[in-house]
Amino acid sequence: MILLYIILIPVLGALLSWLTAARNTALCRWIALCSLLLDLGIVTAIWLGNGAAENGWLYHLQAPWIPQFGISLHLAMDGLSLVMLALTFFLGALAVLISWREITTKTGFFHFNLLFVITGIAGVFLTMDLFLFYFFWEVMLIPMYFLIGIWGHERREYAAYKFFIFTQAGGLLMLLSILALYFVHASNTGVYTFNYFELLNTPMERTLAMWLMLGFLVAFLVKLPAVPFHTWLPDAHTEAPTAGSVVLAGLLLKTGAYGILRFVLPLFPAASQEFAPWAMLLGVAGILYGGQLAFAQPDFKRLIAYTSVSHMGFVLLGAFAFNELAYQGVVMQMITHGISTGALFMLAGVLYERIHTRELSRMGGLWPVLPGMGTVTMIFVMASLGLPGLGNFIAEFLVLLGSWQANRLLTVLAALGLVVATVYSLRIMQKVFFGQTERQYTLPDLGLREWLIMAPLVLVILWLGVYPQPVLKTVTPNTENESVKQKAESKKPTAGNLFAPNSFQHKKQPL
Amino acid sequence: MLYLIPALPFFSALLLILGWRTFSRTTVSVIGCGSIGISALITLAQGWQFLQSGHDSMVQHLWTWVQSGSFNAGMDLRLDALSLAFVFVITFVGFLIHVYSTGYMADDADYGRFFACMNLFVGAMLMLVLADNLLLLYLGWEGVGLCSYLLIGFWYKDPANGYAARKAFIVTRVGDTAMAIALFMLFQYTGSLQISSILEKAPGMWTTGHATVVLIAFLLLGGAVGKSAQLPLQTWLPDAMAGPTPVSALIHAATMVTAGVYLVARTNVLFDLAPAAQTAVAVVGAATLLLAGCSALVQKDIKRVLAYSTISQIGYMFLALGVGAWSAAIFHFVTHAFFKALLFMGAGAVIVALHHEQDMFKMGGLRKSLPGVFRVFLIGSASLAALPFITSGFYSKDQIVWLAWSSAKGHTAYWVIALAGAFLTAMYTFRMVFLTFYGSYRGHAAPHTPGSSMMIPLYILAFLSTVAGFVELPHTLGHVTLFSDFLQPILPAVQMLQESTALEWTSQLLAAGLTFLGIYIAWVWVIQQPDGMRRFAEMPFMQWLRGFWYKGWAFDELYNELLVRPFVRTARLNRRDLVDKVYTTLARVTEWCHDALARTQSGLLRWYIMGVLIGAVLILSVLIWRIYI
Amino acid sequence: MMNIHPTTAGMTLAGILFVLGLISILIRRNLIFMLLSVEIMLNAAGLAFIVASSHWAQPDGQVMFMFILAMAAAEVSVGLALILQLFHQLKTLDSDEASRMRG
Repeated sequence: MILLYIILIPVLGALLSWLTAARNTALCRWIALCSLLLDLGIVTAIWLGNGAAENGWLYHLQAPWIPQFGISLHLAMDGLSLVMLALTFFLGALAVLISWREITTKTGFFHFNLLFVITGIAGVFLTMDLFLFYFFWEVMLIPMYFLIGIWGHERREYAAYKFFIFTQAGGLLMLLSILALYFVHASNTGVYTFNYFELLNTPMERTLAMWLMLGFLVAFLVKLPAVPFHTWLPDAHTEAPTAGSVVLAGLLLKTGAYGILRFVLPLFPAASQEFAPWAMLLGVAGILYGGQLAFAQPDFKRLIAYTSVSHMGFVLLGAFAFNELAYQGVVMQMITHGISTGALFMLAGVLYERIHTRELSRMGGLWPVLPGMGTVTMIFVMASLGLPGLGNFIAEFLVLLGSWQANRLLTVLAALGLVVATVYSLRIMQKVFFGQTERQYTLPDLGLREWLIMAPLVLVILWLGVYPQPVLKTVTPNTENESVKQKAESKKPTAGNLFAPNSFQHKKQPL
Repeated sequence: MLYLIPALPFFSALLLILGWRTFSRTTVSVIGCGSIGISALITLAQGWQFLQSGHDSMVQHLWTWVQSGSFNAGMDLRLDALSLAFVFVITFVGFLIHVYSTGYMADDADYGRFFACMNLFVGAMLMLVLADNLLLLYLGWEGVGLCSYLLIGFWYKDPANGYAARKAFIVTRVGDTAMAIALFMLFQYTGSLQISSILEKAPGMWTTGHATVVLIAFLLLGGAVGKSAQLPLQTWLPDAMAGPTPVSALIHAATMVTAGVYLVARTNVLFDLAPAAQTAVAVVGAATLLLAGCSALVQKDIKRVLAYSTISQIGYMFLALGVGAWSAAIFHFVTHAFFKALLFMGAGAVIVALHHEQDMFKMGGLRKSLPGVFRVFLIGSASLAALPFITSGFYSKDQIVWLAWSSAKGHTAYWVIALAGAFLTAMYTFRMVFLTFYGSYRGHAAPHTPGSSMMIPLYILAFLSTVAGFVELPHTLGHVTLFSDFLQPILPAVQMLQESTALEWTSQLLAAGLTFLGIYIAWVWVIQQPDGMRRFAEMPFMQWLRGFWYKGWAFDELYNELLVRPFVRTARLNRRDLVDKVYTTLARVTEWCHDALARTQSGLLRWYIMGVLIGAVLILSVLIWRIYI
Repeated sequence: MMNIHPTTAGMTLAGILFVLGLISILIRRNLIFMLLSVEIMLNAAGLAFIVASSHWAQPDGQVMFMFILAMAAAEVSVGLALILQLFHQLKTLDSDEASRMRG
């Protein structure tokens, strides 16, 4: 039941904050914040309680929803879901905090949408029923559309449409694939079901499997985003309000990565193995292309947006490398990118509140005026270029170490991305904080609320950099789960023994 | 206790980052210098304990850092003779430079930030040399890169400084990437990144000259040349002089730039297995020492002379590494750390005395107004120029010159280049000394004498640059081998091809003679016959050559044309994202179709009727056609 | 002239009437005239029904004509009402003026 509570709490918070906003906007903000903190607390408690050494699935909930069609309310949590949820609620709470001053119009509806996006994301990370998964996938979409379209910057409507059309188009392809998988499975076994565990290892013709895999993959690649499906992202990130950018970059993109890890690879192991070189190539293309475009951008938020394209290339590269190192690197990358890019977007937002521009050419020389903010930015810029000691390094190093074993040439090219990352990251510091000021700014440095936001982010990125073991340990069982599935395809574990405790242990194979 | 050595600088850096705006200058100084000082004392205690214990190394496991699958890298520190030599130099020279900085930076508004970065640097550098595995070494490696970036761009108001800082970071990152790939390969083949286990497994895994190990060694060399500013990645170091002078002394002379030497020495087993790569090390060193020596000869800025000289001296260390004279390289590193830090700080004292004037042609005659600085600077210069018998530079460089020829991997060409380098070194060093301290004063500002916080470290370093040489004396002169014996467990002794006392004497006397000749030419050039030399220098070819050397053999231009420009240009061109064009085109086509269809809806009733009519006629015709024909 | 079959003659007349109505609806802009033209076309169709019914001696065609008459009456009343409204709105009977819904 706890899984259902995790999803219902933000829904309840969303409704409550919408209702109270008309009378008291402060109360509305507090409700939103508290509901997310409550969820964060629950997830942390689970993590501390039995996250670490547990094998397989921590919690599991299944109730019939539309039994005629084999649709059920099926939630389950493993290490991967757990860490992703922790990230979701952590960044979600910070997103509420960062909008404390920024959002003054339609506050209630804003928080309603924000919490609903987070609900959708949490649902995506928890659900084990493909129909329900699609449902949550769409739930994320519409509130996000409103967030961009209503509270965004100048070109918000264009960006919102673009975001919607891209993701919706990808989502529809995924829906087709889900349905096709559903019918293929039914024609094999006579059982109509959307249950993830039963659909695993559905025997399929090679070409059919490839097409269905591509259907799923396109949806996730659009969300990730991978070159050449990335062009919605710079617009959406740039035009969204700060909280929107944070949720987009920090969380929404991760659903794409999560989808690849959870669905594409296990459902279509052979097809994805076959497609792997191409997917890795797309990843590398993203790393280099996104990096170069980031370097060229004149707009602060747009620059950060393109760095996302570059960083998520590592996710794609690692996900299709098919080994544990790269897999754990990918999960680390999802988390650390969420934090570092989220933080950079928040800093861009905080800066925008002060100088009302995102143009890099109109900044510069802010270091003496905003030393605190400069230091925090420096930390996250360094995280973004993969400085050891900060979380992103662990992620990128593990991804590259893993992908080296899969494809050397592409890994070398991806490693060049580290140089490109240095080029664009240092450009941020130079353009924003160093150099001379033309205008005499007298701006307030980070306030208490802003420090309350930045301090946890800094601590977490440092913690992940020097002691990433808790995360790596938590996501280990799944890794073996994946790889075991890859290797022991012929054995076809049934749904029953998948939930048996330690069922993965005896199948452990050296990589 | 070992962990305290890097932990203290890190901790003090953290304190200073948190409080640089609130702490008073005294607090900052105490935290900044104190932590390094205590680190240095702990190093002494730890080193003593280590020497007493008689073990080859001591390892301290702090915690598991990254463990994933079969990959395991711990926060493990390892102290052995090689790292002890480095730790000793880093903490002691670091401490002296910190003390000096309290004087040098006294008037700077960002005093706290300066010490925060300096302490962070010392911590990262200590991590680098104490790391037990290559991943942790990489942490220190990148960490010092960050601090180098922060400190080169310390005076951030001038965009040129920012440019120099970014250049340093990016160029070294190119090397770092090569090194990262080497780590991937090492992990793939040996299944570990722990240095000792790699070095143990390597000889059993690869035969000498095996392509894999050669490739790995080359990639490691890529990392080393980036950090140590060797050919072809040397371009960043001269520009790095944009930072405050203590930074140049600490980071860009004594410690960080020698990280490449450390890396190659540390992985000496791999280089032994890869003769091609080791030859490359020697060739890179030899080429760099000549190139940089020539460039140093024509610089105007005193710090740039020292920068090129640093590149050149590290070239010597690489040459030594390349011929298998491991301990000679480390020996030269130690003495170089002393005398180059001394020279930089001496130059810094001059610069401060002249109110931040760095052009040597606006100095001159400072012998009289700054006698203290002159004396220590002269000692440092003598050491750099390897003045025979009394300077440490002589013993360390002489060893390299001799071994470049006589070791099993040596070659006469190396020896000739090393001698030529010695000649160049003497010439540019004393050109600098004569320009700065002799002749008549050509500047305007009245020099003021630096304070004692700046002078005391200089005296200590002057002492060290003289006596440090006596721990290792050649066969011909006493034959003391304290230093190489100390490094023996880690670094194998050099294999000699020929051991001839007569030849060694010849080599030494030749080197000494060339040193004196270099000094004499510098004397003629600057003091005795400046006009004649000027006429010579103004011949067209010489003028071209001077310009060419002045800009460091035009490597910057080459890289700008080859790499930077194309990157920036394509980035500019593609600013609006070509891929997006595809989608906007798609959107535009859709819109165009919409327009075309919308145009048919004219709102004119008669047109609609016409449409109905035409449609009806068409359908009827088709039907009639199908039925009747 | 006399040897033309009455059905052919009737049908020809209906066709001519229909085409006349069609042409006038295409070239007229006045809504009243367009309505009139529609009436002509309807009546042409009605004539065709009657001719056909007499040809096959079946009553169905005449029944259809009754329907057409009823429908034409309804159509005229609705059409006139619409035209009246339009005239109030636009102060003109020019059909081209009523083009506010163009794309």
